[in-house]
Amino acid sequence: MEPLSWTGSIAFLNPILMIALVALAVSVLAWILASIVLPEPQVIVNPDGTVSSGGGLRSLVETALWYSFLASIATVVAYLLLGVFLGTGAGIVGAVAQQFLPVWVSLIILFAMSVAFKRRLGLYGKLFDSPIGMIGFALVMFWVFTGIFGALDLIVTHDPLVQISGMKNKVPGTPLPNAEEGQYAWYLLGGDNLARDVFSRMVKGAWIVVQIAPLATMFAFMVGITLGLPAGYYGGRLDTFLSFLANLILAFPVILLFYLLVTPEIVATGVPNYMAAVLFIFPILFITVLLNSRYYTRPKFRTPLLIGVLGVAIWLYLSLISTGGYMIRTEDYSIWGLPTFLDLFDIPGGILVVFVSVVFVNSPTVFRIVRGLAMDIKTRDYVAAAQTRGEGPWYIMLWEILPNARGPLIVDFCLRIGYTTILLGTLGFFGLGLPPESPDWGSTINEGRKLLSIYLHPALPPALALLSLVLGLNLLADGLREESLKD
Amino acid sequence: MGLFILRRLGVMLLTALCLTFVVFFLTNLYPNLEKLAKTQGNQRMSDEQVVSWLENRGYMQPTLVKYGQWLGVLPGFTNTLEDGQFVGSCARPGSTPDTTPRFCGVLQGDWGYSTVFKDEVGTIVAKRLGNTGYLMFWVLVLMVPTALLVGILAGMREGSALDRSLSTFSIITTATPEYVSGVIFIAVFTSSTVGLKWFKGTATQAMDNPTFENFFLPVLTIALYGMGYIARMTRASMTEVMTAQYIRTARLKGVSFPNIVMKHALRNALIAPFTVIMLQFPWLLNGVVIVETLFNYKGFGWALVQAAGNNDIQLLLAISVVSVFVVLVTQLISDIGYVYLNPRIRIS
Repeated sequence: MEPLSWTGSIAFLNPILMIALVALAVSVLAWILASIVLPEPQVIVNPDGTVSSGGGLRSLVETALWYSFLASIATVVAYLLLGVFLGTGAGIVGAVAQQFLPVWVSLIILFAMSVAFKRRLGLYGKLFDSPIGMIGFALVMFWVFTGIFGALDLIVTHDPLVQISGMKNKVPGTPLPNAEEGQYAWYLLGGDNLARDVFSRMVKGAWIVVQIAPLATMFAFMVGITLGLPAGYYGGRLDTFLSFLANLILAFPVILLFYLLVTPEIVATGVPNYMAAVLFIFPILFITVLLNSRYYTRPKFRTPLLIGVLGVAIWLYLSLISTGGYMIRTEDYSIWGLPTFLDLFDIPGGILVVFVSVVFVNSPTVFRIVRGLAMDIKTRDYVAAAQTRGEGPWYIMLWEILPNARGPLIVDFCLRIGYTTILLGTLGFFGLGLPPESPDWGSTINEGRKLLSIYLHPALPPALALLSLVLGLNLLADGLREESLKD
Repeated sequence: MGLFILRRLGVMLLTALCLTFVVFFLTNLYPNLEKLAKTQGNQRMSDEQVVSWLENRGYMQPTLVKYGQWLGVLPGFTNTLEDGQFVGSCARPGSTPDTTPRFCGVLQGDWGYSTVFKDEVGTIVAKRLGNTGYLMFWVLVLMVPTALLVGILAGMREGSALDRSLSTFSIITTATPEYVSGVIFIAVFTSSTVGLKWFKGTATQAMDNPTFENFFLPVLTIALYGMGYIARMTRASMTEVMTAQYIRTARLKGVSFPNIVMKHALRNALIAPFTVIMLQFPWLLNGVVIVETLFNYKGFGWALVQAAGNNDIQLLLAISVVSVFVVLVTQLISDIGYVYLNPRIRIS
């Protein structure tokens, strides 16, 4: 097998891409300069009553920018399209593009459907009016689909944990020394320090982030909302106490907290299990109060609904916190949990402690945001109207205040998923929590950085992956903020 | 104002007490003590030997008693082992019962003895803080003016080309955590593969002999992550000020645009970023830990990693006290500064 070059037979596109990128850079610079130096374009009122802004140098620069941008995008799309068809014939770029085929297809379907029905989709549909939001959403969904398909073993070329001898620190595109039948014959992005495939590890790492980050952020939001709403609504002693607790956690440097909480010794004492048992109660509380406050006037509907929902929620809760029939199991004592035959899933201690500490770190900030919003919104007229109607305080908090605070909360949710991704990377970077061979991006960066001055390829793909996901989430949040402010 | 500061100081003290107790509790859990005993004594100790090692050195006392000893409100633990060795929480290697003080705690100014570095915690923390202080100084010198400039230029004319490009820049920097940007910088500017050997990939020599070549990359890495956030806050504050009534009045009076920005808008636009910069310190602390690990610069963050990795209880406590102190003091300064800069807000 020949080693793959970067672009293979589509190398003729390289000079075109170079020209397009140089043109783009030059026109961006010209655009900025023009906006500073040149005067604002004059608006001309036509005889028929319409207005048009005159041409001039400024609009010329803008046209140049638009066309060079289109040219760059078109070249990149050409790389990907040719890559998908030619596969390894188009070098590493082509092979990677072909491996990602399911992701491209899903992205195209998702965007086509969303753009077609955007007027009926509320805030989500409005996202497709803002280019920034669309770019962000595309980046995020790219990694979400990569994570999902990676977990289904569609994109990966090799097992991320298997070492193949002779592939240690090999550069991207190196063929396997003696590839068997049915085995992918190249390490597309090279091999790492332990002769594992960098590309497959990066794809598998996406699944870990896509699993943990949104879920942990959601739990943090449940905790923050359940505590923040009463703190902001009632104020007084409760507020003082809860705010003190939140400030206490916020005053901890995050890394110190991680070093104290996420160690095998602490896992052995069962502290994370206690914390999980406490933190994971909040979603149940939240759902109970949410449904009860809405339907308590109709007990015939409320009671079966609550029994059904709570039954499932508590079952999930118990299977979440109990492992192997025990809730907490240390050498000295143990607390019985759900019996094994009822236990739906087991979470390894390492993952649980990472999850719990990320939720723990995030919830005080959410608490502060929700508290501030609740304090602001409770002075509105519709809250006073609800109070006059005789609604209960929890109904007002959850069905009057919370829906009206959704804009800032949705934006913060996106930003916070990005921040959680960064935190997960930090944990991996310091080798805390997740097992050392785990393919998550932080651990991979940490392993790759040790040989960085000689071999770039093991550390750079996960670093760029993390960068693009967090960037996508930030852009998405920006787009959402812009669109929600337009209402 | 005096009462306000006094009350804040009280809350600060309470917070510091709570936090150090949490750290104390977590580091004194039995598995952690077992690890300490095995690293300090012998890796192959049996369970009984571990217990007797810990008992002889006073680690098996109730947590509250140990905490009191660390604070210096309870007399320190002392014990003479069977082989005549004198040990205790106040004892140092080579000291005798006569030379050991009865109380030794934070209140007496004694921060304890580091089991990893075999030295006084006070001297270690002072030395490491000095290194980190130097790093932080240059980070601030680079970060604050750049961030303010970017924010003001972007917020000056909302929606202009300059605004959009600078805002994109700041979004990209906030999306790049230190361990990503650091790795990219090392890859691009120091590795032999790319060939741009402009800087050094480690800052180990920078502790004795900081030069632009070995010190710029760590400073840039920390500064870049914090910069985006401050710039975005400054931009938001600047755009708000630029739409204010008095700016429009100035414009209608015919004041030139540079004059409006410099004389009328700037001072009011800088109130919000001041608080943001102050509240950024706790995050810089995170960045410091990552960057010092990445560039092998032996400062405060490096000491934190060493202390936490080896369960060096007293060093870890001192480090958490210092970092909590930094966080709380910056919060206090930001509150006071906010009131001071903004005469419309007065504290009752």
